[in-house]
Amino acid sequence: MATLRDQNVGIPAEREAGTPGFLVDVISAPIFRNTPAWWWIGFTASAGLLGVFLFAVVNILIRGVGLWGIQIPAIWGVGIVNFIFWIGIGHAGTFISAVLLLMRQHWRSTFSRFAEGATLIALVCAGLFPLLHLGRPQYAYWLFPYPNILELNPNWRSALAWDAVAVSVYGLVSLFFWYIDLLPDLAAMRDKAENRWVKTFYAILSTGWRGDSSHWERLHNAAYMFAAIATPLVISVHSIVGLDFAIALTPGWHHTIFPPYFVAGAVFSGFAAVIIIAAGLRRAFSWQEVITIDHMENAAKFVLITGLMVAYGYGIEWFAAWYLDHEMEWILTIQRAFGQPYAFFYWAMIFFNVGAIQALWFKRVRRNIPLLVTICVGVLIGMWLERYVIVTVSLGYAYLPAAHEYFSPTIWDWLTIFGPFGLFLTLLFLFIRILPSIPMYEAELLASEEH
Amino acid sequence: MVDAAQTKSRPLFGVMAEFEDGESLLEAAEKTREAGYTRIQAYSPYRVEGLAKVLGQDGNILPWFVLAALIVGGVLAYYMQYVTDVVVYPINIGGRPDEAWQAFSIIVFEAAILFAGLTILGFMFLRSNLPLPYHPAFNAPNFEQASQTRFFICIEVTDPQFDLDETTSFLQSLDSLSVNEVES
Amino acid sequence: MPSMSETENPNNGAHPPSDESSSKTWRNIDEIAAREDFEDFLKENYPREHVIMRRSGLDRRSFLKIMGASLTLSGFALQGCAPSPTDERIIPYVRVPEEVIPGRPLYFASTMVLGGYGTGVVIETHEGRPHRLEGNADHPASLGGSNAIIQANVLELYNPDRAVEVRNAGNLSSFDEFVSAMQGAMAVSGDGTGVHLLTETITSPTVASQIEALQEAMPNATWHQYEPVSRDNIVAGAELAFGEVVNSVYDFSQASVILSLDGDFLSSMDGSLHYARDYAANRKVFLDGEEPEISRLYAVESAPSLTGAAADHRIKVKASEVELFARALAAELGIETDFSMDEAPWDSQTLTAIAEDLTANAGESLVVTGAWQSPAVHALVHAINAELGNVGTTVTYTEPVEVNPVNQTEDLRTLTDAMSAGEVGALFIFGGNPAFTAPNDIEFASALANVPFSVHLSYYNDETSELCTWQIPQKHFIETWGDARAFDGTASLMQPPIGPLLDTTRSEIDMLALMTGDDRSSFDIVQAYWEANYDGDDFDGFWRRALHNGVIEETAFEPMEPTLVADLAGAVGSYEAPQAEGLEVIFQPDPYIYDGRFAQNSWLQELPKPFNKLTWDTAMLVNPVTARELRLDTGNLAELSYGGEIVQMPVWVLPEQPEGSVTVYLGYGKEGGADVDAGFAFNAYAIRPSGNMWFGQGVEVSSARRSYTLANTQIELNFESYEEHPPVETASLSFFLENLDFAGYDGDTDKTLLPDYNADYAGYQWGMTIDLSACIGCNACMVACQSENNSPSVGKTEVERGREMHWIRVDRYYDADDDSTKFQPVPCMHCEQAPCEQVCPVQATVHSEEGLNQMVYNRCVGTRYCSGNCPYSVRRFNFLDYVDDTPILDELRNPNVSVRSRGVMEKCTYCVQRINSARIDANVENRRINDGEVMPACATACPTQAIVFGDIAESTTQVSQLKAQPHNYGLLAETGVRPRTTYLARLTNPNENLHASAEAESEEA
Repeated sequence: MATLRDQNVGIPAEREAGTPGFLVDVISAPIFRNTPAWWWIGFTASAGLLGVFLFAVVNILIRGVGLWGIQIPAIWGVGIVNFIFWIGIGHAGTFISAVLLLMRQHWRSTFSRFAEGATLIALVCAGLFPLLHLGRPQYAYWLFPYPNILELNPNWRSALAWDAVAVSVYGLVSLFFWYIDLLPDLAAMRDKAENRWVKTFYAILSTGWRGDSSHWERLHNAAYMFAAIATPLVISVHSIVGLDFAIALTPGWHHTIFPPYFVAGAVFSGFAAVIIIAAGLRRAFSWQEVITIDHMENAAKFVLITGLMVAYGYGIEWFAAWYLDHEMEWILTIQRAFGQPYAFFYWAMIFFNVGAIQALWFKRVRRNIPLLVTICVGVLIGMWLERYVIVTVSLGYAYLPAAHEYFSPTIWDWLTIFGPFGLFLTLLFLFIRILPSIPMYEAELLASEEH
Repeated sequence: MVDAAQTKSRPLFGVMAEFEDGESLLEAAEKTREAGYTRIQAYSPYRVEGLAKVLGQDGNILPWFVLAALIVGGVLAYYMQYVTDVVVYPINIGGRPDEAWQAFSIIVFEAAILFAGLTILGFMFLRSNLPLPYHPAFNAPNFEQASQTRFFICIEVTDPQFDLDETTSFLQSLDSLSVNEVES
Repeated sequence: MPSMSETENPNNGAHPPSDESSSKTWRNIDEIAAREDFEDFLKENYPREHVIMRRSGLDRRSFLKIMGASLTLSGFALQGCAPSPTDERIIPYVRVPEEVIPGRPLYFASTMVLGGYGTGVVIETHEGRPHRLEGNADHPASLGGSNAIIQANVLELYNPDRAVEVRNAGNLSSFDEFVSAMQGAMAVSGDGTGVHLLTETITSPTVASQIEALQEAMPNATWHQYEPVSRDNIVAGAELAFGEVVNSVYDFSQASVILSLDGDFLSSMDGSLHYARDYAANRKVFLDGEEPEISRLYAVESAPSLTGAAADHRIKVKASEVELFARALAAELGIETDFSMDEAPWDSQTLTAIAEDLTANAGESLVVTGAWQSPAVHALVHAINAELGNVGTTVTYTEPVEVNPVNQTEDLRTLTDAMSAGEVGALFIFGGNPAFTAPNDIEFASALANVPFSVHLSYYNDETSELCTWQIPQKHFIETWGDARAFDGTASLMQPPIGPLLDTTRSEIDMLALMTGDDRSSFDIVQAYWEANYDGDDFDGFWRRALHNGVIEETAFEPMEPTLVADLAGAVGSYEAPQAEGLEVIFQPDPYIYDGRFAQNSWLQELPKPFNKLTWDTAMLVNPVTARELRLDTGNLAELSYGGEIVQMPVWVLPEQPEGSVTVYLGYGKEGGADVDAGFAFNAYAIRPSGNMWFGQGVEVSSARRSYTLANTQIELNFESYEEHPPVETASLSFFLENLDFAGYDGDTDKTLLPDYNADYAGYQWGMTIDLSACIGCNACMVACQSENNSPSVGKTEVERGREMHWIRVDRYYDADDDSTKFQPVPCMHCEQAPCEQVCPVQATVHSEEGLNQMVYNRCVGTRYCSGNCPYSVRRFNFLDYVDDTPILDELRNPNVSVRSRGVMEKCTYCVQRINSARIDANVENRRINDGEVMPACATACPTQAIVFGDIAESTTQVSQLKAQPHNYGLLAETGVRPRTTYLARLTNPNENLHASAEAESEEA
């Protein structure tokens, strides 16, 4: 027995493809390998952009939102536009990890980790803007109910109060969901790590996960429960953002279609973002076997579907404006599409969100990564423009002709537009460097089921 | 004998067998149960379908907690809004009624979800007795593979039937890669 | 801000308690210089001055002596309290108790003078600090109304830019030194030879008596008057018609048909506030059973004026063609006059129709013309009114209001010639700025160099004071004793509720007293004059009443019947048609900057000009057709060359401007205007010859191939308005009477399943109506609101961005169909279903029990959602920190209105502070607030009383009755927000015989 006890049943240092644990190695490789040059380049560039963004943020906080091009009546500008845009980017993550889980879509597991990671990072970006856009950011906490001597409370009728709560809840639940799903992989990282400090780091994060069968059972149940609550949540969040506009009187905002149409738009842009990131990871870590072309194609199909929903939304806007038979609504719709200086943004939006994506009907296009990525970048631009058109045009084109003003961005607006990408990419680079971007245990599970 | 020395120095936690894959682990688990062992723990790098059932860990009461959380969260949220807007500050806001349930319902929904989320998270960690900094199982040789490739089953000393030699040989009889004593 | 204990009583003129130990109050320089914490005190409160002192290395005392005045203006002396008022008795206005109650304003009647003519005002003071001006209801030139210039004039008093130092050849000096220098200069010429006095137009009897005294003392001393906005043509016209100078006073309440030949009686004519009130009274429609009747106004005019905008028929002609029209009309009415009309710019039926309408209403018709029309036109107008039998009914003649009506342009020329001939030894210039405003062919500025001793009593360091050997800072009228006559001769007094902010300042009366060796105070001089001219036995009572009511009784001139000269045709002379080639240029005083004297007034600079809503700049008005020919567009920089002189002007294309003619406005190209900051000088004086003071032919306009940013507050000026529910509902009276409910949205404006919150309201319900038939678009309400509510000026760049802070704005709509201009004041509507309140996430804007839509500044976090959801875009946001923290300006602010910080939303409050003070009064007397007791600033300022405010729960109040009128409508009512502020539709009275007939108009309605 001692023999048995001594005999070391060896594990090959380098497992070859197909054997158990191979995927673990592949997925964790980027983390234990030495930092590649491209990572440093990418990270430094992103961090630089982040620095610029921080400079803008500090200025705006100190000198006031007046630095932006906002005015009366176009009192909302890129601040709100970015908020909606980044929230939207986040949506794919939750959608993938929740809805597709309930639908038992196994290919989802490949995307779920980094998609959900992107969700959280996008939420960090999005969360900045409601604060930054306030005239008096120091009082942002007044939007939340908290005990105070005067018993002052937010106005529960205001969509902004709903926003504050919805987005916070969304952020928290996503974080929980993401974290419990991360536990087994953190444990694996702990066990793989040689360096003592790295080990400790992962050990702490993994909270002593040891793969006990009962834990697996609870993780399994919790995951499905989270999926069950996250699904209505993800739908509600962008619906509520849509309500910001739908409950307002402003022509161009006052549409019942907005909530669903915002959700579709969010998932649309979200999947576009996921595809871009996935393509990047495949390329960077040569994960062609892990993130297969079929995965990409499935995601592309989602882009097409949600894109068509968005297109339907645009159509409804015209129909509603005509059907509403409200003079100002109709004039606005016409002006938005053909009036100066609005027309350009409107048609650019239509081109990216409706025109370009039609190419995805073709399998060839869906399976052609460079083309796919190009289209998805277009979608991101298009969706940003959509929010820009909704916010600034409808506001600037107020009810009373005498009150009309055009929104004209300042340098600070431009910094606010591009800065957040610095924040997003910086965090994304850290994420892929520190955490396994694909759930290893699920990959292993799927692999084991295959043979 | 080094090992003997160790066994002297630290009390025994149990005996742990290592397996190649999920199927053999499941099989072994069944046999162990048949053999009448009760204090069994199984470790795997991913969820092995049916294992929990064999070990009698498959009860799932979480949904009931979640349901309760949803209701409690919703009710509390409505109560908060009612008190602040109807009792404390019944102010005319845009000519809308003080008790605007249509508007309140949104916060109700979000609060319910939040409570549910916290419940699931708490349930998951507390019931699993995590975070747990130290666990004897980690002393088992090769256990770091439990999170990657290998599957383990452990019979604890606290098991009424436990007898070091018998249990060891029993575990060896199952087609395990190796069997080791684990100190606590 | 003074603490209550330190406020003193303006009536007995008690000095503030001077507590040496206190850092707050102090009496003289030594006291403060003696403080050992002086440096810290200075450093802490006046960092800039502190630096100056350290750099200059002066010791405290001399430093304070020199910096004294400027420190005062930066709030130094006002640390403790406002400067103590003069010791003479000043009588508070009737509306308030005799003694100061802290927190309670005191009102004093006084007189503001512009162009020599006085307008009665009421000065509202808080703890001795004047903080706003209102019209004096007892004064004929105001009747309680006021205009933008009056409203903004209080800012002049505290203006940090005003002249503060006695200067000699540009160096700091003292008044004593000046006195000795002056006595020297006067001694040189014993009998006054070479002593010249140049004033602005003088109507003040006291000043007149002083000048007489001066001329007795010095027989050869000569007195000149000059103002760039002169009445030369009026004077000359009267002389042509009657052979003597008379003053015309109109009675628009009697006039049912009015023809204005470039006579802008609604805004720029003397007495316009009175005229506007009478005119508007005849235009308001109130259905109470019998057939309503409103007057009809024809305007034949060149440069767009408020009168033209108000007219039922506006005929655009070149300024030079107005005379042709006048002659043609005269001929039509049978007055013999020479003219030749080959092709007229108006169709012949227009002329005949107007003539018929006038004759049909003979005796209650009225023809007026303005200062910028030729003497001939004035003469013809006199003749026409006589022909129509309007004299005695709608027109009365009195002796001239001016002490000495002369042709001021010629007067200035004589003086200038004397100066350049070296005949002027001592020149005293009181007010005005001739070096800047003189016609370009009168070289006044250069001639000044030949004058060895010249004094300029001026309010600012301007072009003239730079060139004079001495400059004496002038007192603001709020700081002075004096008097002036109004358009009808009524005399009224100026009384200072506050002592001079600066001990360096002097008034005209002070200066004349000095020259005549009269050592009485200005108060004694004024009082002595009136005592001498009072033939009753109770002078004290007389004087008391004069100060108290702001009018000196029985001083209005008696009507006189001047007779027309026999040969009018001869007098008027033959008509020479203006040379055809080239464009016509029209010179007009700026509506707010006037002749340039208000260029440093930020309120007026930021006030949108009525027609193009332009701020901080001036622009040359060009008709679209002409603009196309010249290849110019709004925002281009154009080059005007006229009479050899060239000046650059930004272009504004405006349909109201007649073709083939451009209008330029005087007064820019001065410090304070945005053009000067940008390195330009749009100075119209540079091309204004004495020969053609008001308009001339043959100006060449070419593009300067540059553009210039113009900041205006309304970009959609010529918007083809909405068809269904135009913002300004307009119809002819006849159409209205057939379709009573034509105005506004008649559908259900309360579509909701929810119960009506406001149903269980009790007590006052505040509401407002604005009569668009009465609104003339003068913008007085905007400045009134700004001064009442401490609204900041934001500057040109911010206005460009669309961030002006006016709580009430006046929208301008141009209707291309009938070439008409419509104005619409838009304050907060205080909607019942306020969309702004519902969306505020922190309940920072909520509804009050009295229906006010309230803004809670402290609670506002600045999401700006409310503004985004406001259909009227009336909310204003502090995008940046707009508060001007120059200490002196704290004295100006209304203590009852909080100053808003950065990042906070704000908007019209219906002047809630006034409502509350009225409520306190009412509660004290245990009664309800009476109707008309509370009036927001906009309503009190409105010269035509177009804005009516009151309790709409009470059916008897004026506002309720107006809201019950059929032509009362809510703006954007179809949105279902149920506005509290409603409008009375704009009802016109067109002449069916004229092209723009009622049908055409009523189409849209």
